This record gives sequence, C-alpha cells and structure tokens, in this order.
Amino acid sequence: MTTTPTTSTLKVTDPVLLEFAAEVGASGKVAVVGAQTRWDVGGQPAKGVRQLGAPAGVVEYKPEEMTVKVRAGTSVSDLDAELAAAGQRCALPNRGGTVGGAVAVGEDHLGVLGRGPVRDSVLQVRYVSADGVTVTGGGPVVKNVSGFNLPKLMVGSLGVLGCLSEFVLRTNPVPGVSRWLQFADADPFAVFDLAHRPGAVLWNGTSTWVLLEGYLPDVEAQNTLLIKQWAGVEVEAPPPLPQHRWAMPPAALSTVGPLPTGEFVASVGVGRLWGQRPAPPTAQDPVVVELSRRLKTNFDPTGRLNPGRTP
Amino acid sequence: MTSFLDRIRAAAPIASRYGGSKFRKPTDALVADLEAALSPGQVRADGAQRALLSHDASLFDGGVAGPVCFPTTGEEVQAVVTVALRHNRAIVPRGAGTGLAGGAIPFGAPVVISLTRMNRILEVDVENRVAWVEPGVVNLDLTKHLKRIGFHFAPDPSSQQVCTIGGNVATNSGGPHCLAYGVTDAHVLAVEIVLASGEKAMLGSIGPQDEGLDLRGAFIGSEGTLGVATKVAVRLTKNPPAVKTLLLSFASVRAAANTVSAVIAAGIVPAAMEVMDQRITIAVENFVKAGYPVDAAAVLLAEVEGLADGVKIEAEQISAIGTQNGATEVRLAQSEAERELLWKGRKTAFGAVAQIKPDYYLHDTVVPRSALADVLEEIYKIADRHQLIVMNVFHAGDGNLHPLLLFDRRIEGELDRVHAAGAEIVEASLAAGGVLSGEHGIGIEKQDYMDRLFTSDDLDHQNRLRNAFDPSCRTNPGKVLPMAHSCADIQALRSVPAGVWG
Ligand SMILES: Cc1cc2nc3c(=O)[nH]c(=O)nc-3n(C[C@H](O)[C@H](O)[C@H](O)COP(=O)(O)OP(=O)(O)OC[C@H]3O[C@@H](n4cnc5c(N)ncnc54)[C@H](O)[C@@H]3O)c2cc1C
Repeated sequence: MTTTPTTSTLKVTDPVLLEFAAEVGASGKVAVVGAQTRWDVGGQPAKGVRQLGAPAGVVEYKPEEMTVKVRAGTSVSDLDAELAAAGQRCALPNRGGTVGGAVAVGEDHLGVLGRGPVRDSVLQVRYVSADGVTVTGGGPVVKNVSGFNLPKLMVGSLGVLGCLSEFVLRTNPVPGVSRWLQFADADPFAVFDLAHRPGAVLWNGTSTWVLLEGYLPDVEAQNTLLIKQWAGVEVEAPPPLPQHRWAMPPAALSTVGPLPTGEFVASVGVGRLWGQRPAPPTAQDPVVVELSRRLKTNFDPTGRLNPGRTP
Repeated sequence: MTSFLDRIRAAAPIASRYGGSKFRKPTDALVADLEAALSPGQVRADGAQRALLSHDASLFDGGVAGPVCFPTTGEEVQAVVTVALRHNRAIVPRGAGTGLAGGAIPFGAPVVISLTRMNRILEVDVENRVAWVEPGVVNLDLTKHLKRIGFHFAPDPSSQQVCTIGGNVATNSGGPHCLAYGVTDAHVLAVEIVLASGEKAMLGSIGPQDEGLDLRGAFIGSEGTLGVATKVAVRLTKNPPAVKTLLLSFASVRAAANTVSAVIAAGIVPAAMEVMDQRITIAVENFVKAGYPVDAAAVLLAEVEGLADGVKIEAEQISAIGTQNGATEVRLAQSEAERELLWKGRKTAFGAVAQIKPDYYLHDTVVPRSALADVLEEIYKIADRHQLIVMNVFHAGDGNLHPLLLFDRRIEGELDRVHAAGAEIVEASLAAGGVLSGEHGIGIEKQDYMDRLFTSDDLDHQNRLRNAFDPSCRTNPGKVLPMAHSCADIQALRSVPAGVWG
C-alpha cells in the first residue's frame, strides 16, 4: 500500500521508541526475541533473520487509574513485582517471559476468570511497522472507542504485523484472599456452577482444583459451601500445566476423548486445555484465512516481520 | 484550528463527495433486483422511508438513503449485498438508529440494510454460558429473556430499551455497569459477518482465542465499516447473589469526582459509579420522582455486587470514602424497588432533559479519572462562555464524560454555539490526556478530530485494517477515518499491485 497524505502534526518523540524503530529499520527480515519461553508457538522463525530485543522498563504506572505503561522487553516478573507493590496485578501469565512475548502469544493467565483475558487488558499498543515507523493504536485510558482497534489485532499476532514495543495495560486490585482448594472426587462442572465467579476451576480427569478469590469472609463461606459437597483440602498451588494448548467450547471439556487422565489439565468454564500432546489441527474458515492473509499483506507487504510464524 | 462548525459546514457536501449525482436516486433496476432477492415487502424505496433512515439520533443532516432493505436471515443479507455489488452501490448496515456519532447516516444513496427484522434469540446455551442472537435483538429484550435463568447480558447502554445487539457490537457500546464488567467486546465471543464481497465469515469462537488473529476484536467497534453482523454469540453473565446501591450527595461536583478517584485508588472496583450534577438531578426528579436530592450540587450513584460479605464491606468503604471527601448525605437503597427507581432516574436522564429545551447535544469523551474534576470545571466554563446550559451525567468510574448541551434549534445561532462549545470540550479532554470517544464512536461526528489523537502513520495503519475487510470501500464509506485517510480518497491515490487482492 502506498502512503497517505499527512494531516496530523502529532509525532512519536520518546527517544527509546525511536531508537528501537531505527533498529528495526525499513528493510531486511527481522524477528523480535523475548525470553524464548514460547519460541516454538506458530512455527520456528525462518533462518538468517536478524534478531532484536525490544526495549524494557515500566514507563509509567498509575495505580489510581488502574493503568501501566510498560515496554515490551520488560519481564513479566518485573512488571508483576512493581504492580504487587501497589496491591495490583494484570492479566498476563508469568511463564518466565517478557510482556511483549506474552501479548504476542496472547495466552491467558490460568486465573483468567478472575483476571480477565489478555486481549481485554491491552488498552494501547505501540509497534514498529514494516516501514520502520512507530505506530500507536488504542488509547491510554480504560475506555475508548476512538477508531479501529489495532490493540486487539496485535494480541496473539506473534509479531507478524509489527514489532511490539510498548503497551498500556489495564491493572486490577489484588483480591484480599486467594485460596486454592483441591477435591479428589468432585464433578468439576458442578464445582464451577456452585462457586461464585471462581478465579479458576481446573480438572485433570480425576482431581478438581478451584481458586477462590475475594474478601476473607466470602472466601470462607465459599470454602464451607464447597467442602460440604465434596471432600477437599486447601493446597499451595495449582497442578503444573502440560505444554500444549488446546481450545474448545467450554462444555466440550466434559467429552475430552483422546487424552487419558493425567495427560491434561483443563480449565473448566473457559474451554482451555493443556495437553501432553499437541492439539489436533482444526478446520479454518477459508474466508477468515483470506482476511488474515490480507491483513498480513497490508501490514507487511514484503513479509519481513517475524517470517516463519503464523498466528 | 478551524471551528467544529466550519468543519460541519465544509462537510455538508459530503453526500455528493461519496456518491455524486449519478447515484442519487435508487434506479428501478436496483430496486427490482433487491425485490427479486428478497420479497417486495422487504424493500422500501419510497421517499418517506428513505428520509427516515437518512438520520440517526445525532444532529447530522445531509444523509441520503437509497433503497432500504429488511432482510430476515443471513442469506438474505448476502443476497442484498450481492445485488448492491452488482449495481456498484455502497451498503450501510443499521440497527435501531440510536447512534449518536452519525455512524448509520447513509452517504450517496447506498443500499441501507436494516437489521431490525432479524430479531430472534436463536439459542441460549447455558452450559457454554453463551447465547446466539440475531443482530436486531434489542439489548434489554435479551437481558429480560435471560433473567428467568439467572443470567444477563452485561453491557447496558442507557438506550438499551431500543438499541440493538448489532449496534452494540458495531459501536462497542458501554453502559453504567461496564466499569467492573467491561464493554461489549468483553461480552461478544463470536460474530458472523457478511463482507462487502457477499462472503460470509465467522469471526472468533465460543472457546478461548486460539489460532489466528483476533478478527472478532477488530470487527467490534468498527461502526459498520467492515461488514454486516448477522449473528452474534454473546457471553452470559450470572446475576450476582447480592447487590447494594448507594446514593451519595455532595456540595460540589469536584467532591463527587474526587470520591470516584479515591474509591478506585482504595482498590475497589464497583459494578457502577455514575455522577449526576444538580441540573440533571432536578430534571430527573421532575420527570420520574426517584427520590434524588435536588439540593445537592452533585450525586454519586454507586453500586457494588458479589457475595454478601464483600458487598457489605465495599458499601461501607465507599460510604466512608464519600464522607471523607465531603459527602453531605449517604443513602443506601433499602429495597429492590428503591434501587430500581434510582436506576430508572439515571437511565431516563436524557428523556428528562426534553422538558427544559427541545434539543440537546450529547458529547462523549474519556479522561483519566484523576482529571475528572478539572475537566468538568473547564466544561462548565466553556458552556458559560458560549451562553449555553450544560448538564453532566456520566460514567464517572471509567472517566467517561457525557456533557449534555441544551439548545433550541429554532433560535438563530444557538446550534452554532453548541458546535463551537463541543469542539472546545473535545480539546479540553484531549489536553487532559483523554480520548475522543468512550462509547458512542467516531462516525462522522469526530472523524475530523482523529488526527488530534493519532499520527498520520497511526491513521494509515487503521486504514490498512479497514482495507483488508473491505478493499473497495463499499461498507459504510466516509466514516471513522478523516477524509484524507478514509479509503475512498486513498482508493483514488493508490495503485493496487496486481494480484494483491486475490
Ligand atoms: C438517549 C441515548 C442514550 C445512549 N446511551 C448510551 C450508552 O449509555 N452507552 C453507549 O454505548 N451508547 C449509548 N447511546 C448510543 C447508541 O444507543 C449506541 O451506540 C447503540 O449501540 C447503537 O445501537 P443501534 O442499534 O441504535 O445502532 P445504529 O444507530 O442503527 O447504528 C450504529 C452504528 O452501528 C452500525 N451497525 C448497526 N447494526 C449493525 C450490524 N448488524 N452490523 C454492522 N454494523 C451495524 C451502523 O452502521 C452504525 O455505524 C445512547 C443513545 C441515545 C439516543
């Protein structure tokens, strides 16, 4: 696509972002490297690609606005620590990776029912385009319908539409109490129905785990309600998650046929499953495939951004 | 910078820019083909119907509707779009026409697709916590339908008695209860759309987002410019076991705004926090007798919900924070009837205004919560300078302002002043670090402000998104992006490499 006439006099001025944009440049194949914790998602990057790291650091944190502006190369651990100091948290999962990597992969936190999905938490995104300029989408406030939703497009994009450099994320207060209960012999779907907005309900084919979050008396009441039905104990942490992500309608989890007990952990009410085997390929709507292809062509006509990956 | 009014004047010939005289009237052949694709009763080309659907709830004139179609199925929408394509006409999807940004106003006599007859709730799937609905289902009808099974559809715009789910999807609507729950895009899991090419696609899925780009997310809030929504999977939200509603009175708007910031800063995210100033409170009280205090400079309606103990704790904390910030009265609704009455007052605020002046202009900007008090003060000053009455009733918890400028369009010059004041309100919001719209959208109302918020590169990329869905600019042309960036203009400037568009 050719360039459009200039009508705006606004410009990106942050020297850190400008430097990153210059590094990405306007030619040659590039891939942005985070911590490589999910490096194989969507395929290996093509060979001979120049690898870059995105800038790091929390730029501006406003707990009273429930927003944080953070650079893509920041580790999720560092971000979490800064938020925790003010009694807040965000929607990103902490798998040892970077903020940019977490947004690019788009996988939700295990406690998504309480924290909300990653895609709802990205209020503003900045990325370097295939032309080497910094583009901003969305806005820095918690509610915004000003123009087309570029932030949504970037979540889960694996960086093939732009090199992610900075985000404004929504934050949320940490609940007073977070408590995991484990049940040896409960119906996970009944647990999900009975608990009031649990943070997570996990199931591995035999055991069920539930994350209760909120004010202490509410959590106690929920705890009592649940252990009246099923024998359960408080545990420190949820079970470890197998490597491969599956997705399905939430109700379909009850019929997870191909995976034997012990080889999966399912997130009830969400439709997410982590399996020891990769998910079987799913049929894709050809029109959706074509729309995605056109988006890629429009954003990256020469295919220089993260070649080798398909979101 | 030129005034908003000048831009409105300059924009008056928009209709001709987007169609020109050759498209002005529906041709007999077009109408005949549409009637053949649907049935004669589903196509209206008479002047009265076309005039009616040339407007929405905004003040913009200058729309020109072509034939109006009332499809009843997704296949019929595809058929209409295909006929429009054959006749080289644009299409404009339309719900209830309650939009305030001019999004549904047709330019250049396009085929208007009214989705109001696609109003069936197709399936309520409690196991998956989802309902499949047609786009013409009225927002409140859906929530009423879900009530008996203990669920609701969370986005609750003040227009919910009339506006459609399709319109909510297209504008990414919010409402008072979106503070804790999030706006429409957090509650729409999948959307079936018909593209301008006539092709159908299912965007998103009822499971978690997995492979592929979030096209669903790109579509929501696109104001009818990416295609026609023909089926929507909405998330069902469980009704909370306990709810408490508080009404706090203040001696100043600033004190009410400060209370809102302080509540969030204390780590509480209520289900709703709405502020009304004294003028609107008086109007509402006259209208519905909801028991609002008419002597307070501002009132804050706060609602908390969840489990019983937490609700009690939060209600007490909000009450204490209000008192620290100078609340003159804190009232807790004692019954469900009292609660409902308070909400009725809030939600009929706009109707109540009609008693004072025949017309109003409802603005919609967002500012950081901590800037609420200052920006509101500025807004009162702006209105004073332009000798206008402004009333404020807004989604304070989100920093979403809705200044309401009252006027009488029969009085010479009054509308001009309204537009001039509106432009200054937008500038004041941007200067405070805010954005152009929190929930009404850009439409034509704010498209010429887009370059005050975005760089040229940003707008170029927004256009690339739009272009992928609608390369030939056939769905709702002339909206959202400023003229210099909207694809109609770009189309002429750009040479498309062969084969790129497949
Ligand atoms: C008194 C009043 C109060 C309001 N309060 C609120 C509020 O609290 N929160 C809020 O968010 N809004 C509010 N609004 C604005 C408006 O009601 C919302 O934007 C609403 O979602 C529009 O729905 P509609 O069915 O009337 O859409 P329309 O006005 O018919 O259309 C709006 C836009 O959506 C597009 N569109 C409609 N249907 C489809 C479809 N099926 N597929 C693709 N595109 C489509 C149109 O092209 C247009 O661009 C208010 C309006 C009024 C008059």
